[in-house]
Amino acid sequence: MYSTSYHRASSVADAVKLLEEADDGKLLSGGMTLIPAMKTRLAAPSDLVDLRHIPELKGIAIEGGSVTIGAATPHYDVASNAQLARICPAITHLAGHIGDPHVRHMGTIGGSISNNDPSADYPAAMLALDATIVTNQRSLSAAEFFTGLFETAMEEREIVTAVTFSAPEKAGYSKFPNPASRYAMTGVFVAKNGGEVRVAVTGAGDNGVFRSAELEEVLSRNFDVSVLAGIRLPSDDLMSDLHATAEYRANLIVVMAKRAVAAANS
Amino acid sequence: MSEVTIVVNGQSVTASVEDRTLLVNFLRDHVGLTGTHIGCDTSQCGACVVHMDGRSVKSCSILAAQASGSEIRTVEGLADGDRLHAVQIAFKQNHGLQCGFCTPGMMMAAADMIRRHPEGLDEETVRAELEGNICRCTGYQNIVKAILAASKEMSRAGKAQAA
Repeated sequence: MYSTSYHRASSVADAVKLLEEADDGKLLSGGMTLIPAMKTRLAAPSDLVDLRHIPELKGIAIEGGSVTIGAATPHYDVASNAQLARICPAITHLAGHIGDPHVRHMGTIGGSISNNDPSADYPAAMLALDATIVTNQRSLSAAEFFTGLFETAMEEREIVTAVTFSAPEKAGYSKFPNPASRYAMTGVFVAKNGGEVRVAVTGAGDNGVFRSAELEEVLSRNFDVSVLAGIRLPSDDLMSDLHATAEYRANLIVVMAKRAVAAANS
Repeated sequence: MSEVTIVVNGQSVTASVEDRTLLVNFLRDHVGLTGTHIGCDTSQCGACVVHMDGRSVKSCSILAAQASGSEIRTVEGLADGDRLHAVQIAFKQNHGLQCGFCTPGMMMAAADMIRRHPEGLDEETVRAELEGNICRCTGYQNIVKAILAASKEMSRAGKAQAA
């Protein structure tokens, strides 16, 4: 790891100030992606601004069907929240399958979505749940927030403070984890609200998380696994890498969608 | 440089370290506790697992500066003097190790999962919970057996939550 300077922010305003003072500063939350990237020298920020000790960024608030998750809330806290599991079990299931138990104790939802790894789990949930991403400057829809591979609409000195969403009538998530990294080789999150069905796919698109119009159309007519039988999706715009070809991922999307719908209906 | 103060196995330790110092290096090089191992450079193997404020974490992926102000428990802090922890006894009795390199991380992961599952564990859960710990010798069979035995013993003794 190259040399760096560590700063612990006491508030969001303090974090912004510390970032402004830094030459090439980066926000640090759980650090489960950033620290390993720094160890291999893929990232070399001059300064790290730690958000993990800012009280207002932590915790889960539920009012009726409305859910707010603070950006610095670790995956474990999301996974183990009984109230959240009752109204949106898909999101607790998703959080409980990120990385491994030790990673889930550190990694945070704000860190995950800000990094927007094309194989991360949370972006699919945010997009399918039509979540709002709240920053220290504004609120954005998930569709506006995720702009491409490791890219978001975030400006300099903008910090994600929370995500909010309404618990859907039904939702499910299923992923095919890479056997070594546990990242999704393809993951599908489905959410149903009345006649509207949203299907978001992670781990497969060559421009990051995306919605599948084809699957949304058939599932909004009948939210049942049976309607996915025999569906073949095009492999254009899907990733090909050493783990899987674009064609294989196209097939995985349908398979994961079937499992996600089955989970949502169970 | 950062002045870092961490309570390690009940003893407060203060040291001035480079900001880039990883917690695992702090424990091994500054505190002299070499039970916590470094088995990979990719955050995957889990040989470095310790407990930070009561939760299992990978000390190779956390800066010592991030951990400043926290309480850390390492494998050296499992036993109570000469009395081995139930997890250590179970690993010994069930031959839950061969070369022993992954064992400190395995035992810290085991104690953490037993704490989170006071209702008890089954084989499937133990295997899923070991996602973040790699063993190259045992094929996991005896590690799983050891954790199940420790979990049983600790819930019998009413100690699961205090793991």
